[in-house]
Amino acid sequence: MQPYIKHTSIAALMDRSNVDTDQIIPKNFMKKVERTGFGINLFHNWRYLADNITPNPEFELNKPAFKGAKILVAGENFGCGSSREHAPWAIADYGFNTIISTSFADIFFSNCFKNSILPVVVTDEQLASLMAEISANEGVEFTVDLEAQKVTTPGGLSISFEVDAFRKESLLDGLDDIAWTLKHEEQISAYEAAQRKRLPWLWPSA
Amino acid sequence: MTRTMYEKIWDANLVHEPEAGSPLLFVDRHLMHEVTSPQAFEGLRLQNRKVRNVHSILGTIDHCVPTKDRFNIVDVIAKKQVETMTANCEENEINLYGMDSNQNGVIHIVVPEHGFVHPGMVVCCGDSHTATHGAFGALAFGIGTSEVEHVMATQTLQQKKAKTMLVKVEGKLPAFSTAKDIALAIIAKTGTAGGTGYVMEFAGNTITDLTMEGRMTLCNMAIEAGARAGLVAPDQVTFDYLEGKEFAPKGDEWPVAVEYWKSLVSDQGATFDAVIELKAEDIAPQVSWGTSPEQVISVTGVVPSPSDFTNEVKSQACANALKYMALEPGQKITDIHIDVVFIGSCTNGRIEDFRAAAELLKGKKVADGVQAFAVPGSFPVKVQAEKEGLDKIFVDAGWEWRDPGCSMCLAMNGDELEDGQRSASTSNRNFEGRQGKGGRTHLVSPAMAAAASVAGHFVDIRDWK
Repeated sequence: MQPYIKHTSIAALMDRSNVDTDQIIPKNFMKKVERTGFGINLFHNWRYLADNITPNPEFELNKPAFKGAKILVAGENFGCGSSREHAPWAIADYGFNTIISTSFADIFFSNCFKNSILPVVVTDEQLASLMAEISANEGVEFTVDLEAQKVTTPGGLSISFEVDAFRKESLLDGLDDIAWTLKHEEQISAYEAAQRKRLPWLWPSA
Repeated sequence: MTRTMYEKIWDANLVHEPEAGSPLLFVDRHLMHEVTSPQAFEGLRLQNRKVRNVHSILGTIDHCVPTKDRFNIVDVIAKKQVETMTANCEENEINLYGMDSNQNGVIHIVVPEHGFVHPGMVVCCGDSHTATHGAFGALAFGIGTSEVEHVMATQTLQQKKAKTMLVKVEGKLPAFSTAKDIALAIIAKTGTAGGTGYVMEFAGNTITDLTMEGRMTLCNMAIEAGARAGLVAPDQVTFDYLEGKEFAPKGDEWPVAVEYWKSLVSDQGATFDAVIELKAEDIAPQVSWGTSPEQVISVTGVVPSPSDFTNEVKSQACANALKYMALEPGQKITDIHIDVVFIGSCTNGRIEDFRAAAELLKGKKVADGVQAFAVPGSFPVKVQAEKEGLDKIFVDAGWEWRDPGCSMCLAMNGDELEDGQRSASTSNRNFEGRQGKGGRTHLVSPAMAAAASVAGHFVDIRDWK
């Protein structure tokens, strides 16, 4: 996994709540057996006109000012619905590595960390301020510093955010989750041996 | 110390809780389908890792399967996904109810039919509707594909402990109200983010009166309230359902298992982080009017106006939804006309659902211009329904009787709404475009869907002839 590095980037504004994973990547684009190439269909149904090719000029992310944005600022309950990891794959493939909102759906939140995407939870007031700053100055660049757990803006906002210590470390170092867990092989084996005795019907008879 | 059922399952499955890092939770059952697993198998191969406990996995092919002429998958990318799933399961000796199996169907319908999930288990699947299996008192939740790979390699998940919410429903449901209506009424109350960070336990005499099928429908939609999982305490209804099934404990092990399962229920006086209560008497048949499962109202109601919401975000969401759904504030729900009716999905694709719909369809005909199709959740459901003659009732009424699959719940298999078409659907999500780009979905119970197919619009089935 790519380590997450402090960066200053354009922040794109998506003033919508309950953005579900069906919008992030519609099901017709989930048939691939690879992890890559989903970015072109990110927000497909909003992003393109009826011909499925022409960018919809009314869709916010199609604004020239948001081109190259790495930070997405969006309304509450982002990523609700289907568990599809194709959603964070599409987001990362498009170029975002940070999403700022007041709340995220559980599975999506967890999927982000597996794909070097930092979901930042802020308060209602903080979100309103961030959104106002983007609206007033589209193309504005924010700085996200995971190490210091801080988002700063040219408008003078300095917002501290919480992040689970282990997840932070994994993002900063680009750690392989499975490798970390397998360091606990001894405990897993011991658990399995005990469960075989306690609940033998869960195991194939030897 | 008293504990809730969630806490008991957590404690029983906790492998290790390191001082620095994440708690590791043991996964007892891992369910799989073709859409969210191929990248996980590929990841294992690249790292030279093996599937740890093959016996813990059960797979099916359901999302991409055509419900007519099922072996003829015209979409080449979907076809590759199906072939990849089949090959991955063969290579790893995983139990797959594949395309040619007479046990094939939607994963969350198939798994209970075989007694593969028991109370107290931790169950996961790359699918948010894994919540279904909470009906058995198992901690069941959806995961992403990276986690699918993690479970295959380690049999564990890195998990944070959730908060607990007690959802208590007491009293007798009105005639024709079902588990689906309870689920929708709960989501209308909590909102789609109300359960975020929580595991919900459904309790109260309305819940214990539900059949296993009903409990599965209810838990299935816990995710639509944002909850990580839903739980119903195991009881005699659960034990009777499981007894004798293929993967259920047998012989001397059965009473031992039942004793263990009984010990899992929440202790008297256990504290929950949140409690909500509903009266069953208040739950009339429900219909969703918007583009989020929380945008729901009783069939006797009218389409709300953005000004009905004091919360600015909800008011804006209402305005957006009305625009997409092409509905006017104040419009009676029973005046909403529909083009397509779909009965099926992991929410409402069980035998009970087809029985309830058939009851209303007997001797009736689908309204002019309405296309209606029934998609059993699995081949065993289909065979059982045909044994009972339900297929004839559907066909005589002008419905199509199809083969099993996820079908128009998420419209990956070619069954989909055209732009602007409106459906009455027994599935679980009414998101924009969920059933096809520009399609408009109204979520209802099977009986409500059946009646709508005949009337051409929603009706209050309680006084419908």
